[in-house]
Amino acid sequence: MTLTVDDLRVHYRTLRGEVRALDGVSFGLADGEILGLAGESGCGKTTLGKSLIRLDGRMRHAGGTVTLDGDELPLADDRAMNAYRFHKISLVPQYSMSALNPTRRVGRMIRELLASRGVSVDTDELRRRLDLVGLAPDVLDRYPIELSGGMKQRTVMVISTLLDPSVLVADEVTSALDVSNQQAVVGALTGLRDKGLVTSMIFVTHDLGLTSHIADSIMVMYAGKLAEKAPTTVLTTAPRHPYTRMLIGSLPQVGARYKDKPLSGIEGSPPSLLNPPAGCRFRDRCPLADARCAEEPPAVEVAPRHTVACWKAA
Amino acid sequence: MLTLDRVTKTFRAGAFGGGSTTAVDRVSFSAAPGELVSLIGESGSGKSTIGRMVLGLTPVSSGSLTLDGERVRPGKDFYRRVQGVFQDPFSCYNPVFKADRVFALVRRAYHPGVGDTEWADRVERAVRDVRLDPGQVLGRYPHQLSGGQLQRLLIARALLLDPRFLVADEITSMLDASTRIDVLNLLAGLKDRGLGVLYITHDLSLGTYLAERTVVLRGGRVVERGDTQKVFGNPLHPYTRTLLAAVPRIGRPWTEAAPVDACAYHAGGAAGSGEDLHETEPDHFVACAHLPDCGRTRP
Repeated sequence: MTLTVDDLRVHYRTLRGEVRALDGVSFGLADGEILGLAGESGCGKTTLGKSLIRLDGRMRHAGGTVTLDGDELPLADDRAMNAYRFHKISLVPQYSMSALNPTRRVGRMIRELLASRGVSVDTDELRRRLDLVGLAPDVLDRYPIELSGGMKQRTVMVISTLLDPSVLVADEVTSALDVSNQQAVVGALTGLRDKGLVTSMIFVTHDLGLTSHIADSIMVMYAGKLAEKAPTTVLTTAPRHPYTRMLIGSLPQVGARYKDKPLSGIEGSPPSLLNPPAGCRFRDRCPLADARCAEEPPAVEVAPRHTVACWKAA
Repeated sequence: MLTLDRVTKTFRAGAFGGGSTTAVDRVSFSAAPGELVSLIGESGSGKSTIGRMVLGLTPVSSGSLTLDGERVRPGKDFYRRVQGVFQDPFSCYNPVFKADRVFALVRRAYHPGVGDTEWADRVERAVRDVRLDPGQVLGRYPHQLSGGQLQRLLIARALLLDPRFLVADEITSMLDASTRIDVLNLLAGLKDRGLGVLYITHDLSLGTYLAERTVVLRGGRVVERGDTQKVFGNPLHPYTRTLLAAVPRIGRPWTEAAPVDACAYHAGGAAGSGEDLHETEPDHFVACAHLPDCGRTRP
């Protein structure tokens, strides 16, 4: 296991109290595994990705542990985490434009970044890596504004993985791109893993269709908790959690027509995490809910590598 | 009936406006009442520029753009008939005012003579039409509402004017998969009641879900258009095939786009006719397979 997350709780401090954005999530990430993290807005997927890198001022580590390559990450200690960031665990942010310094050419920015970490630049290696994600070496002589959205996203991917991290968190990296660029970026990410430049990866997205192409396994989250985690083919073909089923059911496939068969969304919205209701958090929107759901369902391994948190799934 | 005939938009670009960029190049199509036409293209294909021209927010450089036979003339009369909804619902509201102020603004500008109770009835009806509970959304601030609710309120606002045509520019791209489909089903219902819709998107699966007819754009030019099922059931242009092959689908790996044997445009003998598109079958038009690299097909 590259990464083990055990009962991780991260809360946001607000004036009205603590928002329990991540409320007891446990999972493991195997060597070489790409884990897709899916769910609606506000389910805690971005909070999970962020808390592995850096807790910002509003976030509080409220419990649980994260173990990376045998070391427990000092999540609450911003300074101590610095030893792990970029070296061991790295991030590709959603908006690559805001991740690149607009006043520096890409090459100079990389040199400065590496110098700040006490590492010198191996230009040949850098070119090889740019080539791997399909970028020409002249990207290094350009300013970020001269690159397209897809090129910027791939440039950031190369920069994030320069020190061969164990875990790469890719947070919604494709949501601002169109389909052909999405395909290129996803191909580049898989390439980084296949060449061993990154050991494992967490791919955060709300697009289940795209996740199913890159991920080895998919974890669906709902209202700060794990709903279901399974190998990709199992999750997409035989999901057990009603939320996963409805999420997949609401995806229009190419060729699906309203006239033939209208798809249905999921009524209602996720509960407020300020004072989350007791019991199953999907209860109010779930067509199968009954009295038992007032009790919180534990995450149970119903089949090898297939975990579901639902009373109805067993 | 919205009709575009060889509509072109050229922007000045470069230092001192010396250069020019053609964002939309001789685009022709039409959308009848009760019909949903989807405009599909990647970034930079000119799809949003077309939407802005239809709404009169950007003037047309050449060609004719008419609604029910009249040229687009921005003004109150025009906006009673044509309304638009855009991508980002969060930036369409003033955060310091309650969200339902968008309705009050419509009343002040377009229906100053309507009484309080009648107006409240109309607002409530429009809000129910977009399947929202008036008690839950009226009197709230934008930050208290979700993206799906805000987007539906904007559609309700457009409907208050009882328009005959709606331009929907990427209206679902900021929404979750579960609420996205609600907004799409809502559009389908409105369309069945006679509203013409121009649905602009980069997402093929969303476009095909609703549209009777599809226009595929690349670099400002139409590469293929016509009946949705003909265009995507039998794509003739290599670009349409590439686009279709790049869509991620659950349970099916990405495949290479099937190569095109012969350019349907030239094989159809349209090269000398002066037309930009060749009609290969009824309501299925295709451009030269080498577009945009083959140069102008007209002198």
